[in-house]
Amino acid sequence: MGQVIADGILTGAIISLGAIGVTMTLGILRFANFAHSELVTWGGYFALMFVVFAGTAGESFGPLSFGWPFVAAILFAGVATALLALLVDMLVFARLRRSGAKEMTLVFASFGVALLLRHIIVVIFGAQAVYYTSALQIAVEILPGVRVMPDQILVLALTVLLVVGLHIVLRYTRLGIAMRASAESADLARVHGVDVRQIVRWTWAIGGGLAAAAGVFYGLTVQLRPEIGFALLLPLFTAALLGGSGSVYGAVIGGMIIGLSESLSTLIIPTGYKQAVPFMILLLVLYLRPRGLFGEAK
Amino acid sequence: MTALGLVSYVSFFLTVALIYGIGTMGLNLQWGFTGLFNAGVVGFFAIGGYAFAILIGPDRANLVGGFEMPFVVGLLGALVFSALAAVVVGLATMRLRSHYLAIATFGIALTIQLVALNFEPLTAGNLGLIGLPRPLWHTIGSPLGFNLFYLGLVLLATVVVYVMLQAILRSPWGRVLRSIREDEEAAISLGKDVRAFRLQAFVIGCALMGLSGALYVGAIGYISPFDFLPIVTFQIWTMLIVGGSGNNLGAILGSIVVWGIWTSSGWLVSVVLPPDWQARGAAGQVILIGLLLVLTLLFRPRGLIGEQVTVSRGARVEKAP
Repeated sequence: MGQVIADGILTGAIISLGAIGVTMTLGILRFANFAHSELVTWGGYFALMFVVFAGTAGESFGPLSFGWPFVAAILFAGVATALLALLVDMLVFARLRRSGAKEMTLVFASFGVALLLRHIIVVIFGAQAVYYTSALQIAVEILPGVRVMPDQILVLALTVLLVVGLHIVLRYTRLGIAMRASAESADLARVHGVDVRQIVRWTWAIGGGLAAAAGVFYGLTVQLRPEIGFALLLPLFTAALLGGSGSVYGAVIGGMIIGLSESLSTLIIPTGYKQAVPFMILLLVLYLRPRGLFGEAK
Repeated sequence: MTALGLVSYVSFFLTVALIYGIGTMGLNLQWGFTGLFNAGVVGFFAIGGYAFAILIGPDRANLVGGFEMPFVVGLLGALVFSALAAVVVGLATMRLRSHYLAIATFGIALTIQLVALNFEPLTAGNLGLIGLPRPLWHTIGSPLGFNLFYLGLVLLATVVVYVMLQAILRSPWGRVLRSIREDEEAAISLGKDVRAFRLQAFVIGCALMGLSGALYVGAIGYISPFDFLPIVTFQIWTMLIVGGSGNNLGAILGSIVVWGIWTSSGWLVSVVLPPDWQARGAAGQVILIGLLLVLTLLFRPRGLIGEQVTVSRGARVEKAP
């Protein structure tokens, strides 16, 4: 039981990071970006590119499976994914916004973009699963019956760090306050001198960076394969909607709930159906409380 | 390839293209006319296909189903079960903004695939159901003959669906759908129960997709979960967008064009690329579809045939003075 919870927390952390980007795009850009989950995949693969290029993931720090080059790889992945998100916006979404496209056309286009992003990875890297290092990890028993790997503990710690960092940015910096204002009302924010286009760029950059973190963490603790994003699509969106579209804190809590539910469900239902659990939760949310936990009533 | 072989191939190609065309017309009703975003098209295909297979299949010892019903009963069953599933999803989402419908339909398609893979007593899991009886197979005798016969069947179905849809869309009901798509608040202010109309359009569209799935299974004589992967949803969308959303002829044309591109690129991949590059080649096919979709949305959103301006029956068109 403890093991199941620990696994659920880990999955939840990864989902939370991805869901934050989804909910930010929903709140500030006001459309559901179905290509966001592919940014998670690309983040993981950008780190792989760096590791392959550097030739190694480095001498391990203690019990972890990697060294300094991998830290650089994570930073590289974050920046590269942020840039990729901005590129996609420039090529596709911004164009459609300018020509006055309806929200659903943007969503439609995002599905097409997702297809492209996912399969370009297959063409470049092939369809098989890969790993960052071949270093084996010894699981540590942190509680009776609960084994986790040092990498997993690190991932959890880093996730907490990133979320706290984001919280600080949103609450105490001018950018953060401007972002929250734009999410509530872009027009009023403009009236107060906020450059909404700048906010839009930061939304993509931050969302992309967090997605990259999610991808690298997944690749580190599980494996890297082209379908990561597609498999995460439903959990990410369910987490964002469960938390309340536009609410970052909601996305984090939603992500943890989804992660834990998926994991706990294996105690009751056959594991083949595990992926249906987020969908069940989604239906419940839509039937019972469509605005989510922290969303505003429309 | 012999001349007869070519005829057989082209006939099968057209059969599949037109079968997808029926599903695309269903999507057209939902998206093109009502502005509903169905991201789970393949799920309703699958429900229709499996309902059909279970109803008409031969009785098997370890499986539920196999009721050995006639072909037409199978088709009807497909329509009914897809419609029921659409009602479940639709009731949860019709009053919410469309991206809720998108993610909910995406989820149902995924769930359907999981059930198809795992619920072995009903669906035989990843082995699928084989040996399904084909209509008049023994009477006809030859595969070529059957191909042509089935093409005729599908052609008939396409025409019937097309005529029905055109009639519906020119009716007052169809007018309300378009008004909902254009300006929902105006429609509400006129006293229209928007939720009910959207649900009806959604259910009818999904029923057509189920029919499409059933016809497909009938054509090939077996069913497996791997015929209903998410890529099918994207193929149908691309067919609609490229052909022309809001136009049923566009839907059919788009199906033929996109299916043609898909099968030709598939043939190219199998012929040109070495075996260990086949997975990449298949990814290349999907990239082609994705590019087609995105580029059409960016540069020719109306598609090949744009929406035709429909004048409703009974409306008086006044000549300009």
